[in-house]
Amino acid sequence: MNFIPLDNRDLMLAALLVIGNALLSWRLRLGVERQLAVAAVRTTVQLTLIGFVLKALFDAVSPLWTSVAALVMIAFAGREVKARQATRLRGWWAYGLGGASMLFAGTLVTIFALTTQLQPHPWYHPRYSLPLLGMILGNTMTGLGLALGTLNQSAVQAQAAIEAQLALGETAFHSMQPQMRTAIRTGLIPIINAMSAAGVVSLPGMMTGQILSGIAPGEAVKYQVLIMFLIAGATGLSVLLAVIASTWRLSDDRHRLRLDRVHGWRDG
Amino acid sequence: MLDDVSLEVNANEIVCVTGDSGAGKTVLLRAIADLDPNQAEDVVCNGQHRSMVPAPEWRRMVGYLAAEPGWWHARVGDHYDDIAAARHLAVRLGVDPAAFDRPVALASTGERQRLALIRALLRRPQALLLDEPTSALDTSSKTVVEALLREVSAAGTAIVLVSHDSGQARRLGARLFELRDGRLSSCTQATGARATRPEAPHA
Repeated sequence: MNFIPLDNRDLMLAALLVIGNALLSWRLRLGVERQLAVAAVRTTVQLTLIGFVLKALFDAVSPLWTSVAALVMIAFAGREVKARQATRLRGWWAYGLGGASMLFAGTLVTIFALTTQLQPHPWYHPRYSLPLLGMILGNTMTGLGLALGTLNQSAVQAQAAIEAQLALGETAFHSMQPQMRTAIRTGLIPIINAMSAAGVVSLPGMMTGQILSGIAPGEAVKYQVLIMFLIAGATGLSVLLAVIASTWRLSDDRHRLRLDRVHGWRDG
Repeated sequence: MLDDVSLEVNANEIVCVTGDSGAGKTVLLRAIADLDPNQAEDVVCNGQHRSMVPAPEWRRMVGYLAAEPGWWHARVGDHYDDIAAARHLAVRLGVDPAAFDRPVALASTGERQRLALIRALLRRPQALLLDEPTSALDTSSKTVVEALLREVSAAGTAIVLVSHDSGQARRLGARLFELRDGRLSSCTQATGARATRPEAPHA
């Protein structure tokens, strides 16, 4: 182990680079000096705070507080999934379907990793469970946002094709299969790309972090492969669940296409 | 949009609904086919109330053909279970049977209109709801389609047809209704009084 701790002078030295950016903005009249300053302060304050929160959680090792932290993370991820859908369901559904499927798939895959591959003591130890869940959620929400946005968008675009099948006596799920397939495929593309590019184009952040903190590259690589597979599993499961649930919401018990439940759709 | 509309159609009968654009003709057909929420309260087909029949089964009994029918496979032929019967009807309606082997995008509007009609007819519904089924056809193609519709009607299928073509109702020997301000009024005096609840189609 040859971990090199940083002191505040190191950070202030690095902050000169951001100040350099601000000077550039002023000299070229880009007008982003203020935004740069606010963003730099925000990153410092937010990360410092989360550092305290994590330290408190790691000291407590409480199942209750670990669960609360996990739920807060899932709630924020759900909000992000909603925001990333250009075309989304009306009301609570855009938030709820993404959040619920991440709650299920993210928790299930995290617990799977904690109880089989990692086995910390206790198994829910926040030092392991929270970073794991965080990485899984961060990637799953990207896939979910894409999948649900694609499903809603393609249902609106393919209204005539879907209703033609309904009119011939097909069920709503049968009529919307092409859209469901496109949505699930789109949701899986980011993790497929990430796995394909890993090590060749990009060095994943967690692996880089472990190497910087003195872990042997071979060990860090094993962790990264594990994480990639966990993310793939959670993304696949949550995208599947959310697409099925959204298709259910886009139709009703009389097998109608309910585009009136899509935000911004106008009945012609 | 529709206000207390009531219509009764017998098997072997063609009913033609006219009206200005936006009068609600399509809304009426979609309401009977149960494609929109909160629409017509009760529709009966062959003694069966719609609310008692699962929606997919209802739509196999009461076939609906939209004015601009959708396609969900790339190739035309993939939309038919019985391709031989489909080709047979296509020849009769003047559509090149080679169209079945081509992508949907390569079929003309008029071809697609007839191909979609064939698709609906092959399901052998008890009642047929047609939204402007000949709007993209020339006079001679229109004539063969109308002949086929008369035949289908004579064989016992109730047909409700929305049309802008005032001559079409006459050529089909159809009972004519006009939809205006959400109300349906009969244009054929002799049979107008028969239009009572329960609503169409009654085969």
